Amino acid sequence: MKAALTILLLLVLATLPLWLDNPYLLHVLVVTGIFIIAAMSLNVLLGYAGQLSLGHVAFFGIGAYASALTALGFKLSFPFQVAVDAKPVWLAMLMGIVAAGLCGWFIGRIAFKVRGAYFVIVSISFAEVVRMVAVNWVELTQGPMALNNIPPLAFGNLAFYKKPENYWLVLATAVLCYVLIRRLVHSRAGRAMVALAENESLATSVGIDVTRYLVLATIVSASMAGAAGALYAHYVRIVDPDVFLFIYTVTMVIMVITGGKGTLAGPVVGGLIFGLLPEGLRALAFPPETQWIAYGVLMVLVVYFLPQGIVPALRR
Amino acid sequence: MLGSTYALLGIGLTLIFGIMKVVNFTHGELYAFGAYMMYALVMLAGVNFLVALPLAIALGVLLGAALELVLLRRLRGADIDTTMLVMIGAWIALQNAEQLAWTGVAKSINTPFPAAPLVLGPVSVAWNRVFVLVIALLLIGITYLLINRTKLGRAMRATFQDRETAALMGVQNGSIHTATFALGSGLAAAAGALLGPVFVAYPSMGDLAATKAFAIVILGGLGSIAGATIGGFILALVEELGAGYVSSGYRDAMGFLLIIVILLFRPTGLFARKERIG
Repeated sequence: MKAALTILLLLVLATLPLWLDNPYLLHVLVVTGIFIIAAMSLNVLLGYAGQLSLGHVAFFGIGAYASALTALGFKLSFPFQVAVDAKPVWLAMLMGIVAAGLCGWFIGRIAFKVRGAYFVIVSISFAEVVRMVAVNWVELTQGPMALNNIPPLAFGNLAFYKKPENYWLVLATAVLCYVLIRRLVHSRAGRAMVALAENESLATSVGIDVTRYLVLATIVSASMAGAAGALYAHYVRIVDPDVFLFIYTVTMVIMVITGGKGTLAGPVVGGLIFGLLPEGLRALAFPPETQWIAYGVLMVLVVYFLPQGIVPALRR
Repeated sequence: MLGSTYALLGIGLTLIFGIMKVVNFTHGELYAFGAYMMYALVMLAGVNFLVALPLAIALGVLLGAALELVLLRRLRGADIDTTMLVMIGAWIALQNAEQLAWTGVAKSINTPFPAAPLVLGPVSVAWNRVFVLVIALLLIGITYLLINRTKLGRAMRATFQDRETAALMGVQNGSIHTATFALGSGLAAAAGALLGPVFVAYPSMGDLAATKAFAIVILGGLGSIAGATIGGFILALVEELGAGYVSSGYRDAMGFLLIIVILLFRPTGLFARKERIG
């Protein structure tokens, strides 16, 4: 029964561009899909490993920048000449994922020296430092002028210029990430993470290497966020330092919390709600500030009334 | 001058964290609120500058008390992540409400001080900056007296040291929390009301202020008032040196780098006595 429903849902999603003749709505769905991937990756850290990371957008942005820069090629003259020629886009996207994963490893190594409030503040600081580097290192990132004309993904003659192709690409990546996270969660490493989130001292006492599993969770989480960033860069085809804005982290956190942290379907449900909701609000011609005010209020209300999120509430 | 207002921000935040165990993400919005109230009172309502300043601070205290009563009262005993999420929600809502109310255009506020600077030998300082420094130091002094010399202050310190014992001794935890949050918010609003007229007031000004306050508090050690005071001056110094010797574009990044470096090499902060590793 459940398997049949899943297959039906996937069929509907996969054939959507064939019967939905509305390019704008398709665009909204592509962007929503990218955010859902990012939210799923955040859920690994927030939901399973129990660490409230508020610098998540940094990995998304690093993925986007690394991928865009590799695809465009760049030259640096300081402190010695570094020149990278333009590479094919699939390689660039891999570079984006690897770069984000490496940053995740590095940050995980240093940030997990502290916990709770301190970890949250370190993660915010990290994202802000990265944003300021993106604004100020004009030679590499073009600063506020943004990276333009990023090529779309292409294999030979097949280029992902149009919306349906990109939709399928995002959908495939999202399904892949979902399956990967599912496997991770049900593995030994996943159980170790959940144990850590629930009671760190107890988990340590039965021999779980805390730092190792937290760093592992960060690497997985960061790489997937990097993949989402790379997809974003080659779909929108322009990247500016605004991708690092804190508000995007908040959006991802709201998606995960509302949907239900620590559940596989949670980020998907939350992502669909908050990806599509702004479009509904826009139709009512509210100024954008009201949208954010509504997000803020909604976040408070969810914490008060649905502290576990929508998915666990429905399950009960 | 910057150091003293940073210290005000830091003291407010460190009080709230130390006593209530709440990571106050709305701190920066209270700072922006102070600046905007100065704008509303001085530029729109035509109130005298010197009257407007205490009024703006009082409004900040009221807003802080209201936030505590409406949002935090029912969350007492919840874990720190839950309160953090609520505070982030409140922060986003407040900031965008400010943007909606005052538009994104930066507002400047006139001051009654003479434009000619005060010249002291080789140094010349603008009068309004002297004023900011004096008032900020005065407020820091008052806060010290309040914490160390009054009954309320003693109750706050007792709650900070041991919440249960303090409650057993007849300290009302609830009203202490409201008073702490109101005091901390008032200090943030005061910093905004003082700096708003020196620079300009704009909706996202609170973000930088909040992160700087976090940097100061981490520098000084969470819950340490002396640490926050010294931390404020250190951060201002590091920022100026960083802007001068590295690049002015990275001026505001200095605070964040400071946070990361401090947490790496001295995770308990410079002045704290408590363990902060989980």
